[in-house]
Amino acid sequence: MPFDVLIQQICNGLVLGCVYALVSIGYTITYGIIRLINFAHNSIFMLSMYFAIVFVTMLALPWWLGFIIVIALTAIMGVLTEKLAYHRLRNRGAPTSTIKIAALGVSYLIDNVVIVIFSGRPKQFPTVDLLTDVFEIGPVRLQRTAIIVPLVVLVLLVGLTYFLNHTKPGLAMRAVSRDMEAARLMGIDVDKTIAFSFAIGSGLAAIGAILWGQRYTSVIPTVGSMPGMKSFIAAVIGGIGNIDGAVIGGMLIGMIEVMVVAFFPGLSSYRDVFSFCLLLIVLLIKPTGIIGEKVADKA
Amino acid sequence: MLEIKNLSVSYGGIKALKSISITVPDKKIVTLIGANGAGKSTTLRAIAKLIKHDSGTIIYNGEDITAISARETVQKGITLIPEGRHVFPDMTVLENLKLGAFLRTDNKAIKEDIDYMYELFPVLKERSTQLAGTLSGGEQQMLAVSRALMARPKMLMMDEPSLGLAPMLVKDIFTIIERVNREDGLPILLIEQNANFALKVADYGYVLETGTIQLEGTGEQLLENEKVKELYLGTGD
Ligand SMILES: Nc1ncnc2c1ncn2[C@@H]1O[C@H](COP(=O)(O)OP(=O)(O)OP(=O)(O)O)[C@@H](O)[C@H]1O
Ligand SMILES: [Mg+2]
Repeated sequence: MPFDVLIQQICNGLVLGCVYALVSIGYTITYGIIRLINFAHNSIFMLSMYFAIVFVTMLALPWWLGFIIVIALTAIMGVLTEKLAYHRLRNRGAPTSTIKIAALGVSYLIDNVVIVIFSGRPKQFPTVDLLTDVFEIGPVRLQRTAIIVPLVVLVLLVGLTYFLNHTKPGLAMRAVSRDMEAARLMGIDVDKTIAFSFAIGSGLAAIGAILWGQRYTSVIPTVGSMPGMKSFIAAVIGGIGNIDGAVIGGMLIGMIEVMVVAFFPGLSSYRDVFSFCLLLIVLLIKPTGIIGEKVADKA
Repeated sequence: MLEIKNLSVSYGGIKALKSISITVPDKKIVTLIGANGAGKSTTLRAIAKLIKHDSGTIIYNGEDITAISARETVQKGITLIPEGRHVFPDMTVLENLKLGAFLRTDNKAIKEDIDYMYELFPVLKERSTQLAGTLSGGEQQMLAVSRALMARPKMLMMDEPSLGLAPMLVKDIFTIIERVNREDGLPILLIEQNANFALKVADYGYVLETGTIQLEGTGEQLLENEKVKELYLGTGD
């Protein structure tokens, strides 16, 4: 493979991995805090892409303003799913399995509302030239996303880590995910903390979706399922409940997916299979994921 | 003063507490003794609002606090050290202490209090950046006690603080309990398997049996009571 193509592929893998990493953090946070595998997370991802179409394409807001609104609105949607569905079930003592089913229901609901409003026909995601323009370093031609996406994700991760380790709400979030009852005894508002974690996870998914949309511009109501599924796998591979693990898992899957196709073009129609293979291999070797630890299943 | 009146709690239809009444006067240590499953932890957990109760009232310094949340209970100054310590294992000792002061905003005083805790329990100072989960059981108990004190409670509830500790450490814990009670005038509601110890430090005690209060009296009275001696002190004739 020529050198410039290799560099391009590495960058592609990096960008894809970054998006998976952002989305997988949402899966890992909700699992960490209430042991919920949030099957609606991919729908939240998809929904944010439609929000972008509404605010940036249809209402023609400046892209940065539009995207800020999209991120905020998606965060609010995440909180709403928690408040209207999962929270109520938890309060009535529903087992985790019931809440998982509810998440599936929420997912179908969002998907179908989107189909009703926007139909199933593909729509164009509002791309931003500032992000998608191509530049050259010597012989290598790259899209700006190759630099901007990893930078954005790096900043977000540093911010998230700082938030979790050095701020009061962050400390509260870690306390609630480890021991909800003890957190209550500290005076932590557990419900608010859980809602907040949904806001963070959904907001990050929206950022992931916006970055994703710069590359894969066709938006249909099922647009979230593949990136959602792979991000979920990434979270599991990394060790679900662990944010660093989610990031490592996401990068790994993005990179492998791109590299396998780059080196074995004949296998490109199987590209989606590799992440599943990776999942199986990792789980066979280390059932708790790469840096996962055993967590007792919270009822 | 904390007054519990006719408190009843049930778990899925099974009554765990049947209309019990308990009073914790200012500056006093009150203990709750009873066999396993008598309902001691249930009592404290209901007061801390970790579980819902069926009926009864909880009055704190003349104010009805029956309907408030767990968070508001902490805000009122009532702090529970739960059974089994429940320190946050994957956080450092220091982070655990900070979480104890979660509702406080007086950052300077919080720092001073952390230093005070390190004075009370020098071992915690040595371990300040160590993960709480790697502490020994006794050290974790000290952390649980100091984390609770970090809230600057106006009343402390302790659920078996000596559980699983070596006799030496049990003594230490009781020394601390007496010390914060005497020095800060902190009222304490104490559950203890070790009835002998508990009744000696307590001003007043209640004996709980399958969800009802069978006996009550001053620490001395209960220590002398034949039934208590037989059932809980193992010194009956
Ligand atoms: N979450 C729960 N669900 C159902 N029953 C419970 C629950 N917690 C406690 N119980 C029951 O309520 C009764 C009182 O339990 P509690 O924990 O208050 O006892 P305890 O006096 O603290 O005992 P121990 O000395 O063993 O700690 C017991 O019969 C117990 O089995
Ligand atoms: Mg108990």
